[in-house]
Amino acid sequence: MKRYSAFAIAREAFRHHTGWERAWRSPQPKAEYDVVIVGAGGHGLATAYYLAKNHGITNVAVVEKGWLGGGNTGRNTTIIRSNYLQPSSMAIFEKSRGLYEDLSQDLNYNIMFSPRGVMMLAQTEHELRAWKRTAHANRIAGIESEMVTPQQIQEMIPIIQTAGPRYPVLGGLWQARGGSARHDAVAWGYARAASNMGVDIIQQCEVIGVDRDASGVTGIQTTKGAIRTKKLCIVVAGNSGVLADMAGFKLPVESVALQALVSEPIKPALDCVVMANTVHGYMSQSDKGEMVIGGGADSFNNYTQRGSFHHLEETVRALIETFPMVSRLKMLRHWGGIVDMTGDRSPIIGTTPVPGVFINCGWGTGGFKAIPGSGWATAEMLADGAPRALAAPFALDRFTQGRMIDESVAAAVAH
Amino acid sequence: MLRLTCPVCGATGEETEFHAGGEAHLKRFGPGSTDEDFRDYLFQRQNPRGVHFERWRHQYGCGKWFHVARCTQTLEVFGSYTAQTSTVPDHIQSAIKARRPDWEPAQ
Ligand SMILES: Cc1cc2nc3c(=O)[nH]c(=O)nc-3n(C[C@H](O)[C@H](O)[C@H](O)COP(=O)(O)OP(=O)(O)OC[C@H]3O[C@@H](n4cnc5c(N)ncnc54)[C@H](O)[C@@H]3O)c2cc1C
Ligand SMILES: [Zn+2]
Repeated sequence: MKRYSAFAIAREAFRHHTGWERAWRSPQPKAEYDVVIVGAGGHGLATAYYLAKNHGITNVAVVEKGWLGGGNTGRNTTIIRSNYLQPSSMAIFEKSRGLYEDLSQDLNYNIMFSPRGVMMLAQTEHELRAWKRTAHANRIAGIESEMVTPQQIQEMIPIIQTAGPRYPVLGGLWQARGGSARHDAVAWGYARAASNMGVDIIQQCEVIGVDRDASGVTGIQTTKGAIRTKKLCIVVAGNSGVLADMAGFKLPVESVALQALVSEPIKPALDCVVMANTVHGYMSQSDKGEMVIGGGADSFNNYTQRGSFHHLEETVRALIETFPMVSRLKMLRHWGGIVDMTGDRSPIIGTTPVPGVFINCGWGTGGFKAIPGSGWATAEMLADGAPRALAAPFALDRFTQGRMIDESVAAAVAH
Repeated sequence: MLRLTCPVCGATGEETEFHAGGEAHLKRFGPGSTDEDFRDYLFQRQNPRGVHFERWRHQYGCGKWFHVARCTQTLEVFGSYTAQTSTVPDHIQSAIKARRPDWEPAQ
């Protein structure tokens, strides 16, 4: 792999950019791999990367039915923060946020991590109290995050209207080192670096069956033929239920649509990420100048990657009170992704009832920020055959034991 | 957009008139049941990409609960039926079979 650098750009400028190579290989599947990962979203690709980098396991395939990064990883609103409420959430999300800080250098790929700060607005008394509780929990865990007043918010975000009347801004939880990154670049960067270490990324290859015998998994059936493996990791977000069904077990997961939209580009007007959880409106401004707006999840099971229009309408209607300027913006595009929701709104990383089959899913509406940490923890689990400290609390058996990691109480959402 | 017909009052409306209530025909377990049964009742879901049986409430209409058979991949509705049953009625099964000949009821 040729490294990307300022010198490389200069060199290529002198030879009409004829020397750039493909970012990753496009191999045909081998007959057998030590580890097969289903799903080339951020989580699957990061898992492959850390398997190779941290554990020296490179006989790995990542099998993807579409194109890499074409699932939720390429459809999300890219909010990155770690100020969650529960200790195990804080641990994995902070690990992740920390890895994002120098991921561009690590991958030699500009993922455009922008720690511009994340402001979570409190628009009801309940929310205000919940954020205060979170701020204290964060302080105990050593995570930087603080409460700010409506006056401070007004100064930091001049386009906001804090007075209400329906959704007044009563305060906010501010994480200065939160922010956003370029979603495609995260997938592409991990793919390029993993491919360079020997990982085979096989696109346009849908998994259609899981082979097993009495001792556990033996391989998979795909649209490009059979592949043998003793370790299979399912990382397919909204399609987790479908893959679990192929492998022969059930999950505490439901798939629903989550939508986002972007406006026409305008001059810089918002230099941090704003989350208004009460009204399910999430907004930041992209480098191109578009306002990127995320909405709330739809309520019914859905695999169509299309959401209900009225949900977007509700989001925008409510956002307009807090950001009156939004009412004058034309919206350019809108899309949906299928998110995998668990009962406690926390992810699942762990072993499954089928020996040799591992799962990473349930990131629902908030897993972009977790990609590096989740890949790190899942790679540990695949290398050892059992999860280490970071992943262990997220095991599937927590739903049997009643050991919930309740982020739905903490935020009602987990973007 | 999803359009549903309430089998109780007969009104047809689009989805904002209704409230989604999740997977239908769950077997309820309570105190004294095993941890696994309780987990299945509370959390474990079929979540199929295809034919799904679900509960809906006619929230801004007659207020009654009812059942719907729907495809989660196309949003096609096969029919709605009474809430007072724990199995899928024959006429709904045939309506599904007519559109999805390969479909088999899940276990
Ligand atoms: C609108 C929207 C906004 C969001 N906003 C945020 C946010 O602001 N911050 C945040 O942290 N998170 C956010 N999220 C959530 C985040 O996008 C996801 O949690 C995360 O991207 C999940 O990554 P993944 O790698 O697990 O899944 P995906 O990126 O969906 O990858 C799964 C892959 O599996 C593949 N696959 C499925 N079935 C098969 C099969 N049978 N065979 C082979 N391959 C298969 C799919 O094609 C897909 O590429 C948002 C999500 C959406 C939809
Ligand atoms: Zn009715």
